Amino acid sequence: MAAVDHDIAHAHDDHHPTGLMRWIGATNHKDIGTMYLWFSFIMFLTGGVMALTIRAELFQPGIQIVNPELFNQLTTMHGLVMVFGAIMPAFVGFANWQIPMMIGAPDMAFARMNNWSFWLLVPAALLLISSFFVPGGAPAGGWTIYPPLSVQMGMGMDMAIFALHIMGAASIMGSINIITTVLNMRAPGMTLMKMPLFVWTWLITAYLLVLAMPVLAGAITMLLTDRNFGTNFFNAAGGGDPVMFQHIFWFFGHPEVYIMILPAFGIVSEIIPTFARKPLFGYSSMVYATASIAILSCIVWAHHMFTAGMPAAGQLFFMYATMLIAVPTGVKVFNWTATMWRGSMTFETPMLFAIGFIFLFTIGGFSGVICAIVPIDIQVQDTYYVIAHFHYVLVSGALFALFGGTYYWLPKWTGHMYDETLGKWHFWLSMFFFNLAFFVQHFLGLAGMPRRVPDYALQFADFNMISSIGAFGFGLTQLLFLYVVLKCIRGGEKAPASPWEGAKTLEWTLPSPAPYHSFETPPVVK
Amino acid sequence: MNVVNANSVVMKKLLVFTVVMFVFGFALVPFYEKICEVTGLNNLLQADTLVENPQVDTARWVTIELDANVRGLPWQFKPLQRSVSVHPGEMVQVMYEISNNSNREINGQAIPSYSPQLLAKHLKKLECFCFSKQVLKPNEVRQMPVQFMIESNLPADINTVTISYTFFELGTNNAAAMRDSGNRS
Repeated sequence: MAAVDHDIAHAHDDHHPTGLMRWIGATNHKDIGTMYLWFSFIMFLTGGVMALTIRAELFQPGIQIVNPELFNQLTTMHGLVMVFGAIMPAFVGFANWQIPMMIGAPDMAFARMNNWSFWLLVPAALLLISSFFVPGGAPAGGWTIYPPLSVQMGMGMDMAIFALHIMGAASIMGSINIITTVLNMRAPGMTLMKMPLFVWTWLITAYLLVLAMPVLAGAITMLLTDRNFGTNFFNAAGGGDPVMFQHIFWFFGHPEVYIMILPAFGIVSEIIPTFARKPLFGYSSMVYATASIAILSCIVWAHHMFTAGMPAAGQLFFMYATMLIAVPTGVKVFNWTATMWRGSMTFETPMLFAIGFIFLFTIGGFSGVICAIVPIDIQVQDTYYVIAHFHYVLVSGALFALFGGTYYWLPKWTGHMYDETLGKWHFWLSMFFFNLAFFVQHFLGLAGMPRRVPDYALQFADFNMISSIGAFGFGLTQLLFLYVVLKCIRGGEKAPASPWEGAKTLEWTLPSPAPYHSFETPPVVK
Repeated sequence: MNVVNANSVVMKKLLVFTVVMFVFGFALVPFYEKICEVTGLNNLLQADTLVENPQVDTARWVTIELDANVRGLPWQFKPLQRSVSVHPGEMVQVMYEISNNSNREINGQAIPSYSPQLLAKHLKKLECFCFSKQVLKPNEVRQMPVQFMIESNLPADINTVTISYTFFELGTNNAAAMRDSGNRS
């Protein structure tokens, strides 16, 4: 009897497997979350090196550093690595760490599957990156892998397709896990409409993932059989249609855009109320706005293809449907602003990133509405205007929210406070260099500079030089972020259970750092 | 263990949904083909219907250049005339010739292409070898007609147009053939 009691007592303490096996066989949501976050940061640096090589080539007109073939491989791989390797896994890392703690669950619903979803990413990433070293090189037809180019390329394309298959399977498994956890494992008393907004946005994102990822899997499977098994889905020669690939791809691709931004909305919706010391303004409208954005995102895909050929009625439908998304997005921006209104605001690093997010994401949102207008889109299609637009929503949108969320929850994860001064330096340097790099690209695009081209006409030289300086500044600034995080992990001021005065969600009731096993007895939410 | 059961129910539902969405991706293929057929967006394989008594604009001449290509199959393909001059609204017939230079039977399909693009709207084809696949026995030679009309509402600034056909081989892996020919060149 005494032995049994001893076992029960030990089941609840902080012992965990040690050494390498702790990570390889990890089933603990916090360990898996940590691995996701480090994986995505490594991929972020990898994609960043590609971006800086691109910007180095574009520093001056002419071909100086990389040949055009390699340049095209770099732009393609930069997109694939950042989207599938950096941004998406980073948000899954946040989901793993935070969702169980925020809803009072002991762990994710399927711990073993959680382990698989992470470890599948590693071979996929290796497969994707190693395509650089095979004959013919990495995919070079753009991250959207349109046929006919993607059908004609060398074996690097097959490797990328397999990598995407594996990553897609991993995200679907992760989403199933998240949906099940949120639906079934909430603490007693936590109704759906009492969930923190981060959990809500991830629930909706996970639904979008299981809706969209299988369609991508279908599209790239067709590409694979076209390439290797004699089918003719996209071969005009065999009665297929290359434009159809674009339709199927963007049926995945546009929800994908919101998969990358909805969890960012969730993080910002946690940070702003904390540092404004007020409850989130319009909680239920935030939930409905998130759901509306998700639903609308499924019916606007063809706005990526206005120049691919489509009847005017189709262009009008997709134009108006796209502009409609500005309404729920506007609801969100106004709600964040209203939350700050007359709040007792302080400006710690997470809040700075959240406000930076609102400011810059709104610019990216507006340029999105501009791109939605058919006659303008026909002008700016495939120019740097589009590059500027989606970097404003993905870098100063998704990535800034990730930075903000990292600073916000670092005390809970590590048990130490981060260096506030260095954090603020990180924010202001990122803010300055980001705008230096990308704001001028609006002008380049309006002046007609095409994307995915290693050389350009002389009149674009000045803006490109400014943009390259900004890009290098932004890239180097992220090493400061790495330093701040490492410093915080290794030591620093001891963090209390709730270091932020205004934080109200469940994870702040746990001690810092969060114990290895938390909420084994569910808390009761009133 | 109620939660474990409830969890596996949710997982099964979501897995079924995933499979449905995967199949949906493939279902989009016939769906798009149907849409194109119904709306006439991508009408390459069907004859057009003509309005009765088309107006022939005898004051105007349009030069039509005829172009013929083969891609990855051992055929010779050429128009019997390089170009024709026609009045808009007038019915025209031109002849093409294909010959199979190999000693195997080959299925080919011709895909049309127009320049300027706008011509597609104003070109009405009644008969074309491109409406069906062509099967050529070893060393067979065949002459084939195209019967068409250019509508008289073709914009006035267009005086010369090009109609181009490219023959592709059916029933082989075109992608591989194209890759190989690309590597050779």
